[in-house]
Amino acid sequence: MHHLIAFKTILFKEIHRFVRIWPQTILPSAITTSLYFLIFGTLIGGRVGPMAGMSYMDYIVPGVILMSVITNAYGNVVASFYSTKFQRNIEELLISPIPNWIILAGYVGGGIARGLAVGGVVAIVGMFFTDVRPAHPGLIASVFFMTAALFSLAGFINAVYANSFDDISIVPNFVLTPLVYLGGVFYSIELLPELWRKVSLANPILYMVNAFRYGFVGISDVDIRTAFLIIGGSISILVAWSLVLLRRGTGLKT
Amino acid sequence: MISKSGILASQPYFYKYCRQKQPEMNALSIRNLRKTYKNGFEALKGIDLDVKAGDFFALLGPNGAGKSTTIGIVSSLVRKTSGTVEVFGHDLDKEREAAKRCIGLVPQEVNFNQFEKVLDIVVNQAGYYGIRRKEALQRAEECLTQLSLWDKRNSVSRHLSGGMKRRLMIARALVHSPKLLILDEPTAGVDIEIRRSMWEFLRKINQEGTTIILTTHYLEEAENLCRHIAIINHGHIVEHNAMADLLRKLHTNRYILELRNPAPFAPTVEGYQLEPLEDHTLAVDVPMDLGLHGLLDQLAAQGMEVVSLRNAANRLEQLFIDLVENQRIDPARKTA
Repeated sequence: MHHLIAFKTILFKEIHRFVRIWPQTILPSAITTSLYFLIFGTLIGGRVGPMAGMSYMDYIVPGVILMSVITNAYGNVVASFYSTKFQRNIEELLISPIPNWIILAGYVGGGIARGLAVGGVVAIVGMFFTDVRPAHPGLIASVFFMTAALFSLAGFINAVYANSFDDISIVPNFVLTPLVYLGGVFYSIELLPELWRKVSLANPILYMVNAFRYGFVGISDVDIRTAFLIIGGSISILVAWSLVLLRRGTGLKT
Repeated sequence: MISKSGILASQPYFYKYCRQKQPEMNALSIRNLRKTYKNGFEALKGIDLDVKAGDFFALLGPNGAGKSTTIGIVSSLVRKTSGTVEVFGHDLDKEREAAKRCIGLVPQEVNFNQFEKVLDIVVNQAGYYGIRRKEALQRAEECLTQLSLWDKRNSVSRHLSGGMKRRLMIARALVHSPKLLILDEPTAGVDIEIRRSMWEFLRKINQEGTTIILTTHYLEEAENLCRHIAIINHGHIVEHNAMADLLRKLHTNRYILELRNPAPFAPTVEGYQLEPLEDHTLAVDVPMDLGLHGLLDQLAAQGMEVVSLRNAANRLEQLFIDLVENQRIDPARKTA
């Protein structure tokens, strides 16, 4: 029971943190994605024509929602955990009897909550631009949850290794953003030359975006079971990696 | 009260992991503790240390001697290279959770979230120890009230004064009612009034049963509060004794004497070393076995009336300097 209380304490603290500063954490994604829908969907999308047999707007909505989940889940954990390290209040957790897996679960839970909050807002905004509705709600929820968990874990690992605020912006700017944009959010990989189509298959975000899109419109560039295997496998690897880092005290203990 | 007599008594859950206090039980037991940092610096060279349950213990040493490393290892903030640490009989490696439940730490530097409210900091800390929110709020109120911070409970912590921040860290460390409270220079940089009130508070919780380990640079603080002492230097324990026994090791005390009239000549008294400082002032080294009576009598016989006297230096400070000076050369190298 005391582990559950400790978990809830970290989780609620994390939720309270991003809700308290909602103009920095929730509002920007709502505005940015509204602009995506307006510019790419309505203005340019009308000239692009259909994509995979549907309107361009309908095609991009699921990907844009998941893009906001990825960036917010990652951003929440990397910023919060690094800030905890920077201000040294990580010591509050390290001296307490909380097992490492509870610390990890609390922060990842915070990242998932932020992903859910922002993804929810973006989905509501998206509904004003399209008539697409969830075709497979269970699949959507699973991909949503697993993707948020995966990128929360990635944000956690980034924060553990980070030694400065620069270090927590390098990965989102130079790795995450390109992978997201090249992950089939705005196009089908069927449009790409053979070589680049194969290269795209090495991008894990492609699988998440396509599985998520399949949940809405029933169309995917990849096999859904493969997508779940990749997401689940990646989560397992990152959980193990995070726990090893916590046990060793990497970046946290001298 | 934060004590065993108050809310703890009604919450046996809290002591579930901490064995009941036994008269001769060690609150802390360290054996052959070593720490070598990545840069090769050997901060601890195999120290042994015992602190009895209920004690008020001073851990002293010059900067870089190994005090904070020792405290860091005990509180799981620093990884040890080798050795064992037991807290109330719980091995820190084998019974990590049980050992950690017994410890409260007040660190040297402010380490709470500067953007959180005072009450949230204390309540969240209780939550990390598995205390339900309702009870955590009650405990937080008691701790903050005792440390005169309840009025500031809704203030953002970065707006507190330095003394308040120190007290907040004490409140946070006490919210789970630890059996062992470790304070790493808790009064550094706070004014004398706050320091005195902290001393009073610490004495009180120690009398109520909390074992306290204190590091400080104010040796007067250690002498006033602590019953046992260890001095660490160059990663070795160079003294580990009862405070009274340690002070008995002093062979002389240096006093400053104020005379009613200017001394007409430099006085000499057999057995004592006298040194005129100003017209009305003498410094004198008084051997412990001779005491002050003979000196005052003989000065009076020479027509010099002493109107007041005071210690020239804190006694422990004098001893500390002697010990550290003797260890100026790394003892490991001395014996090599």
